[in-house]
Amino acid sequence: MTFRKYLVLAGVTVFAAAGDSMLAHGMKQTGSVSVHHLQSLVLAVLNPWVAVGILLLLAFFASYMNALSWADLTYVLPATSLGYVLLALTARFVLHEQVSPLRWLGIALISGGVGFVAGSPALTAHPHHDLVDDAEPEPATISASSEAGSYQGVAAAGPARSSD
Amino acid sequence: MKHLYTWSAILAIVVASVVGDILLARAMKQVGDVHALWRRSGLWTVIGRTLANPNFFFGVAAMAVGFFSLLFALSWGDVSLVAPAAASLTFIGNAFAAKIFLHEKVDRRRWIAALLVAGGVALLAG
Repeated sequence: MTFRKYLVLAGVTVFAAAGDSMLAHGMKQTGSVSVHHLQSLVLAVLNPWVAVGILLLLAFFASYMNALSWADLTYVLPATSLGYVLLALTARFVLHEQVSPLRWLGIALISGGVGFVAGSPALTAHPHHDLVDDAEPEPATISASSEAGSYQGVAAAGPARSSD
Repeated sequence: MKHLYTWSAILAIVVASVVGDILLARAMKQVGDVHALWRRSGLWTVIGRTLANPNFFFGVAAMAVGFFSLLFALSWGDVSLVAPAAASLTFIGNAFAAKIFLHEKVDRRRWIAALLVAGGVALLAG
């Protein structure tokens, strides 16, 4: 893990939290959206909070794709869940909302979960990752990974998975 | 009726998010390490190769379904129910799906992390 990779994970965390809260704030101003009036969803995008929220979520998406290119999904998701903690702390110290003991427990659980993956390897060692890293991906590699069962045999034979 | 709508929307968010996450994770593994590719061939190669990947395309489509379900649910339901419930269930669903479809090594450490985070996120609703 390099400093740049930690920075990408931090970007995923912060952009998601900021984007979600702006979106939620904007949608509360817009009011209820009915199934029979779908055009009100389009109008919701014109709300400045919703618009900025969407921009932030685009930044989140770019950093998320970046992270997924070098780390497992089951690593990236817990590692970036500190965003929920960030939201709760913002509610407590910026918006001066009451944070109940149950919520503090929730914050502790999430932080604990992040701690569990923090020091572990970010990527499962699949044989095909080395191949994909080449300048031109081999067509055989891509078709192999898009068929669920095709490299299961290779994976099961790997020494790293025998313990699982 | 309002509860039925809200929970249907939550279910839609969870299913769409898990499908989207799995497809996007697979797409980015096929693209390869973005940092290395960027340094070697430039940003446009990274963007081009990502956008040309079919898994990325379908992943984004699934995410869009999840996003609009979220917008619906947020406007009907209580944010403090919808957001944590959907996020919490998505964490659990993703751990199962990543193990089955992406063959990720979800060891005890990652299971505990996923369960702690899912529990914590659910508690934040309280």
